[in-house]
Amino acid sequence: MPKLSAILTLTSSLILGVGGVWIAYNVDMLPVSASMNAPVYDELYRVLFIIGCILFIGMTALVIYSLIQFRRRPGETGDGIDLEGNISLEIFWTAVPAIIVLFVGLYSYDIYDRMGGMQPLMHDHSGQMDNQAEKVWGGIGSGPIMSSSTKNSSSLPIELTAMQFAFIFHYPKGDIISGELHVPVGKEVSLKMESKDVIHAFWVPQFRLKQDVIPGQPTILNFTPTKAGNFPIVCAELCGPYHGGMRSNVIVDEQEDFDKWLKENSKESI
Amino acid sequence: MTISLKPSDSPPEKLQPTGWLKYLSFSLDHKVIGLQYLVCGFLFYLIGGSLAGAIRVELISPLSDFMPREVYNQVLTLHGTIMIFLWIVPVVNGAFGNYLIPFYVGARDMAFPRLNAVAFWLIPPSGFMLITSYFINGAAQSGWTAYPPLSITTPAAGQIIWILSVLLLGGSSIFGGINFIATILKLRRPGLKLMQLPMYCWAMLGTSILVVLSTPVLAGTLILLSFDIVAHTGFFNPSLGGNVIVYQHLFWFYSHPAVYIMVLPAFGLVSEILPIHSRKPLFGYTTMVFSIMGIVVLGLVVWAHHMFTSGTPPWMRLFFTIATAFIAVPTGIKFFNWVATLWGGKISLNAAMLFSCGFIINFVLGGITGVALAQVPFDVHVHDTYFVVAHFHYIVYGGSVFVIFSSIYHWFPKFTGKMLNENLGRFHFIITFIGFNLCFAPQHWLGLNGMPRRVAEYDPQFQLINQISSVGALLMALSTLPFLWNIFQSMLYGDKAGDNPWNALTPEWLTSSPPPVENWKGEAPLVLEPYGYGEKDANKTQEEMT
Amino acid sequence: MTSIVPKEQSSGSKKDLSSEEHEDFRLFGLIAFLIADGMTFAGFFAAYLTFKAVNPIGPDAIYELELPIPTLNTVLLLVSSFTFHRAGKFLEKNESKQCQKWLLITGALGVAFLISQMFEYFTLPFGLTDNLFASTFYALTGFHGLHVTLGSIMILIIWWQTRVPFGRVSNENKFPFEAVELYWHFVDGIWVVLFIILYLL
Repeated sequence: MPKLSAILTLTSSLILGVGGVWIAYNVDMLPVSASMNAPVYDELYRVLFIIGCILFIGMTALVIYSLIQFRRRPGETGDGIDLEGNISLEIFWTAVPAIIVLFVGLYSYDIYDRMGGMQPLMHDHSGQMDNQAEKVWGGIGSGPIMSSSTKNSSSLPIELTAMQFAFIFHYPKGDIISGELHVPVGKEVSLKMESKDVIHAFWVPQFRLKQDVIPGQPTILNFTPTKAGNFPIVCAELCGPYHGGMRSNVIVDEQEDFDKWLKENSKESI
Repeated sequence: MTISLKPSDSPPEKLQPTGWLKYLSFSLDHKVIGLQYLVCGFLFYLIGGSLAGAIRVELISPLSDFMPREVYNQVLTLHGTIMIFLWIVPVVNGAFGNYLIPFYVGARDMAFPRLNAVAFWLIPPSGFMLITSYFINGAAQSGWTAYPPLSITTPAAGQIIWILSVLLLGGSSIFGGINFIATILKLRRPGLKLMQLPMYCWAMLGTSILVVLSTPVLAGTLILLSFDIVAHTGFFNPSLGGNVIVYQHLFWFYSHPAVYIMVLPAFGLVSEILPIHSRKPLFGYTTMVFSIMGIVVLGLVVWAHHMFTSGTPPWMRLFFTIATAFIAVPTGIKFFNWVATLWGGKISLNAAMLFSCGFIINFVLGGITGVALAQVPFDVHVHDTYFVVAHFHYIVYGGSVFVIFSSIYHWFPKFTGKMLNENLGRFHFIITFIGFNLCFAPQHWLGLNGMPRRVAEYDPQFQLINQISSVGALLMALSTLPFLWNIFQSMLYGDKAGDNPWNALTPEWLTSSPPPVENWKGEAPLVLEPYGYGEKDANKTQEEMT
Repeated sequence: MTSIVPKEQSSGSKKDLSSEEHEDFRLFGLIAFLIADGMTFAGFFAAYLTFKAVNPIGPDAIYELELPIPTLNTVLLLVSSFTFHRAGKFLEKNESKQCQKWLLITGALGVAFLISQMFEYFTLPFGLTDNLFASTFYALTGFHGLHVTLGSIMILIIWWQTRVPFGRVSNENKFPFEAVELYWHFVDGIWVVLFIILYLL
């Protein structure tokens, strides 16, 4: 009998594991990935989804199984078994989650590092760092790793000003002001963001990136789009009555289309 | 000097109103105060629930067409504030804590009965104030987080009333916390050791430590915020040189522990309910105690995971990621122990049991998304989206509120002396469970795909899922009806419960239902094994079988 | 298995109940409250230190603190802690006249602190809304001053209640005295931390 239960436990956990992986690879809940760090994000998401599926289905199955198997049948009296604990079992289910959590933590640290989150800020703006008055805080993708991974080392600087209830983009090169963000494919963009009034957040779901736009505290967000197209920019921090309407678009063009747009709109060219 | 409970703290019974009037009086009886908390909290739950309904109606269509945008923001602010500060926190702490803790420690009342009554009577006026602010000049509209500078720039009257009422509720919470700590540590019946207390005492001890350490910080922060609004100082106003991030740090230093203030007592209540209805001892008492204390310690050092997109420095993100993820370990222990408690029991599938098991399933999902949210790279995508909305509703509704219902089904016979209708209770559970999951599970998808939270209008591609969610919300609203009918009908015509309908061992069942004013007619019983269920014989047969 | 000790006694008489005696836990409750109160101050201090680290003071902002008055204030409060302690010693010896004298001195020192604090407020070159640091300064010292005000009032109440023979506070009923003393020491301790953080750092 113990052999049978061991085999049963083993098979069910195997089915659970395979099922979890299958679900994670077949249920796609994420939008298109359109930036350099989006595939990295999706990788983390998949791992978390696998672990989550296994845990959730396993726990739910255990609870439902217990409720059915150990239910009180009609006419039954008396108590269940007198089992107050089991030290080795308890150590087991302290250790396993601890290991999983440690693994997830280290793995997500690695992912975060690959996204450029752990890099010191702004090597190319180092002149600003000396200036105490201008303190820039970076979001993900603000480090040099992103720029070194993209072949073209110079990033495209764009300034973003958020206000109730609009995003205004300013291109220092050409002195363009636009309500939509135009960027070329495959080139790193360095967004310097500041808010005029309350806290907003710049979020492009397809880029898997979000950074609060904070008044009195410029923030930096670097990213590299990888897919041409038209993606929404969403404000993700409650900023007032029209918060839900505070949306814009990021238009990712091929390089030549972007250059054309830049030329057409540039004030200097006129 | 010694204090005798009987003469010093309880006024002569003659002076106290009797009958239902005592529930409207400044009663010092912990059982009356507990029920005052419960009923008062439930009324606020109905109000907060109606507000949630209004939000879901607004979100049926992608346009802002049901109510003006300012009103929508007021509604979501009130919904959050009411549900947290006037429903869940007072009920899982105040209601069940006040009713049960004196029984569990073998006392006749709380340590400070007058302070206890004051703590309760702070709640109705502050709740009233909060709700009337809507009719006077518009309620606060910066969300329950009240992030400056939005909270400074929106109409001041509503925001100030919001601050005042949260301060009062925070005060009530602190008074309650002090009372629980003193009762559990100092008012135990002689001969009762800490490690012999029912698990709910440990949960309340942990919760009260969190309350006492973190709520005052929120109070201080809100005082500074009110200066910014009224006196035009610049603590959190960047245009006057202030710093908005400092507010977020201070706010979350309270508001993350607040989540544990809402769920730890629920953990404790489930630990009471499961053993009784599965007729088995609570599995792993000692590890349960240590995991509660572990959650308390870790809960105080994880707040900045709410600020991963606020521009916090990298080292801080790393620290808070790891600390937050590790909360999953003690929490996981508790869940495995509960399942082990069910394993091999003789489980009665009554409403209390079903709601507790529903809680386990919901909370596991909420916990999994919680660990995911703790990972910085994951969080930057879904932060402030409907994914987060789904996550915390799985924690506070799927977790705490399910436990509240479970506890009501479990202790109603003790409160009133009448049994509830189990079939209606099971029906209530099924609708609530389906409605809840229908409402909130799809919201994970919404968040991942680009719908931010707190919006009155959204991208039309999300309409279908939002409508499904609203149908779920409708089911949740309807599920209240069988519950209310059950309560109403059982109060009038319910079967007599007797002293101990569940055949339980914890001390509150060893007295009449409802219990007399000083809890026991004679000496308080000394319960050394509150979870002494289970049959040795059954154990033996089990061994023979395997 | 079930080790309930049911002691069904026929009469729930007062004698049984009064055997359930506990040590005086009122001071314990007060300590818990003071910890909570201390956390409010901790929040303020944390805010102040973060402001200082993250939002350094602007070149044109006026924020100059002179040391003489706050040093005097520190001395006043520390001495008052000592005099309160003296009063307690006399209360134990049932010498209420002496006890009252020392209590009055303590109260006077508290009031002197408040007057001196007010004087500092009026001579400072900045106002509440001048800049972030001015605001934090007033918030911190004001919140502490509120505590001193409350403490002074309570000391005067205790002083009134220790008079013989009508006062309610005596060596037999010492809790009110001890509570106020503990609170007063707490307020002093907070002041010392505040003095270090606000004036010296």
